[in-house]
Amino acid sequence: MNDRVAIIGVGWSGFRPVSPEYSYKEIMYEAAKRAYHDAGVDPRKDIENFVTVAEDFHEGTSIFDEYTPDQLGAVLKPMHTISGDGLHGLATAYMLIKTGQFSIVALEGHSKASNALTHDGITAYAQDPVLNRPLRLNTHFVAGMEMNRYLYETGTSHEQCAQVVVKNRHNAFDNPSAPYAADFSIEDVLSGPPLAEPLGMREAADHADGAIVMVLASEKVASSITDVPVWILGVGWSNDSPGLEHRDWSSMGFIQDSARMAYRQAGIQDAALAIDFAEVTDIYAYKELQTLEALGIFRPGEAGPATEDGITQPYGSFPVNVSGGCLGTGNLLDANGLARALEVVLQLRGEAGPRQLDEISIGLAQSWRGVPTASGAVAVLGI
Amino acid sequence: MRKVAVVGAGMTKFVRRALETGKELAWQASSMALDSCELTMDDIEAVCLGTAPDAFDGVHMNGEYLSDGAGAFRKPYMRSYVGGGTGVFAPIQGWYHVASGMFDLVLVVAEEKMSSYYPHAQGAFLTIFDHTTERPLKPNLLWIFALEMNRYMQTYGISKEDIARVAVKNKRNAADHPSALLGDADITIEDVLNSEVLAWPVNRLDVSPVSDGAVALVLASEHVAKRLTDKPVWIEGVGWNLDTAYWTNRDLAYPRYVEYAARMAYDMAGIKEPRKQIHIVEPYDPFDYKELHHLEGLQLADRGQAPQLVADGVTSRDGDMPVCPSGGLLGVGNPIAAAGLMKVAELFWQLRGEAGKRQVPGTPKRGLAQAWGDLMQVGTVVILGR
Repeated sequence: MNDRVAIIGVGWSGFRPVSPEYSYKEIMYEAAKRAYHDAGVDPRKDIENFVTVAEDFHEGTSIFDEYTPDQLGAVLKPMHTISGDGLHGLATAYMLIKTGQFSIVALEGHSKASNALTHDGITAYAQDPVLNRPLRLNTHFVAGMEMNRYLYETGTSHEQCAQVVVKNRHNAFDNPSAPYAADFSIEDVLSGPPLAEPLGMREAADHADGAIVMVLASEKVASSITDVPVWILGVGWSNDSPGLEHRDWSSMGFIQDSARMAYRQAGIQDAALAIDFAEVTDIYAYKELQTLEALGIFRPGEAGPATEDGITQPYGSFPVNVSGGCLGTGNLLDANGLARALEVVLQLRGEAGPRQLDEISIGLAQSWRGVPTASGAVAVLGI
Repeated sequence: MRKVAVVGAGMTKFVRRALETGKELAWQASSMALDSCELTMDDIEAVCLGTAPDAFDGVHMNGEYLSDGAGAFRKPYMRSYVGGGTGVFAPIQGWYHVASGMFDLVLVVAEEKMSSYYPHAQGAFLTIFDHTTERPLKPNLLWIFALEMNRYMQTYGISKEDIARVAVKNKRNAADHPSALLGDADITIEDVLNSEVLAWPVNRLDVSPVSDGAVALVLASEHVAKRLTDKPVWIEGVGWNLDTAYWTNRDLAYPRYVEYAARMAYDMAGIKEPRKQIHIVEPYDPFDYKELHHLEGLQLADRGQAPQLVADGVTSRDGDMPVCPSGGLLGVGNPIAAAGLMKVAELFWQLRGEAGKRQVPGTPKRGLAQAWGDLMQVGTVVILGR
């Protein structure tokens, strides 16, 4: 392997439920400007390669990569788009630097979710057109079925899922970028309107608009231009079956694979011991519990009780989603993984303000691409 | 830098309307590529996929949908995307997967099913334009490429006959390709000039057809490649470059982004004199004028002089610099991402001496494949060598 890779700059715009006065180009520009300033680089002179993540149907524009270079300062530069989550983009930027051909690479992900009026309709088009779509399954209905299976297989209770909502939306009060802070009780969550039994409406993250840009660099460059490099210790990604009919509904095999790959690179044997905190994709509350089990932080069926015991609270022994997670900061579509990684970077740099954790050196960010996919990634970052 | 080799390739027939789903096409090409180097999916550590807009298939997150068809069940899998340049970008994605040291064996798959879009895939392209400044004009690709072709002709005084020669050469070359959709050994310049006008100066036979198909390659790191085959073909250089989205503000006579992508690849491959050191060229030819335009961008012809190379026979299969010996998109077909990867597969077969009736004479040592896409905006280049 070549030398290590660091995140040397981060910038973001948002996150907000709506942003009618800005176009996606403007929020990308703001995030990029801040990230380049943070890293102390000039995109036209210093950055050698650009990676963005986007999906055409989220943007309402086909071949969306056409519209990425101008606002990032990337005109007439090597640039490409990954149709994946922000952490897939992070893995791509990481590999580009690892080839030894590029020293500084920029990475962008964004959500302009408020432009779409019918997200469920869009997501329905992600189902297999032959085998699944004729069933006319609503996105949240698929999540409800999965939640039911997860609760049944692991003995996790609905109250434990609700506890995730209480924790994450409360955590969001300490995050000025999180629009969905709320003081809920477990009773408040459970008594909310149903979404798809047993899933309640308050257990699903609302969408938000925002953009995140990161600047990555090789060890040699990182050491010379920043005092606070955050190292990418390991990154993994994997896909399970895209078809609903032949996948394991209770555990996230693709996250187990991704974690194993990232831990192997990071030299981690016992994840719960080696990692200090995590940011995971909680588009639905039960997903946080299911993910923590797939990551090997807790054994199957133990993430719920651990959450009940406060272990995943900011003051607990393994804080999860101190930022507020997707429930608190909003569902940022393809930028979800980058939002999770952003919080890990800020925590490791000691720049998380009122929500700063003490004595941390290794954090984990995880993403899942949402229903109906079985696709996600894991990144382990450290200082 | 770790060396990366191509060790296997496979492709489906390119057809107007495949009965297979996109997943099935992807798997047919993948299994052929695996069979060609006697591997199975168990040996493959990661999968890279290229496919062009989701709007063709009407499938959101089309990369996720195609994943198991491309063999990516419980494996690291990503879909890269640069519009029409995707087909030549997919092997670049495979290259950085291996060159980074993360993987030793990677499957690269490019699939396109354009026939799902009824009545014609051109409708999907309405949605690639800027929603405020361009979409109200209802432009399509034939329309904007007609602008570019006209600009190219006017700048250098090139005639439609000069350009039609490219279509004739490529469609004749494709007659020797077993997977080709539009091979025609007897086609003439008159046939091209007399075909109906679609958007002047573009006639129907100046354009490649809408097609379905898939192509796959197996990439390996140096030590694995040497164990698998006596004839590895090395990826010597890669380059890619994206210009501004504001295509109306640039001079369409010359593709600077292709030049930059080519220079990046030449630098990596240590090539100082491309016209001497590149023996086979597979430039992107969705339209006949594009082959000429791209040869100039690739620095393989002087500006405005590429038509002369065609007229002189330099670019014929038995010429000094064979161009599109496969038959190109004009002859083999244009399932967008798959067509780009077909060009890289053609170099692999040519450099190994396995191209059958299409084999160029002599013993070519190095070839270049290039694709182009987005709003006349992106260039992707791969250089392969023995």
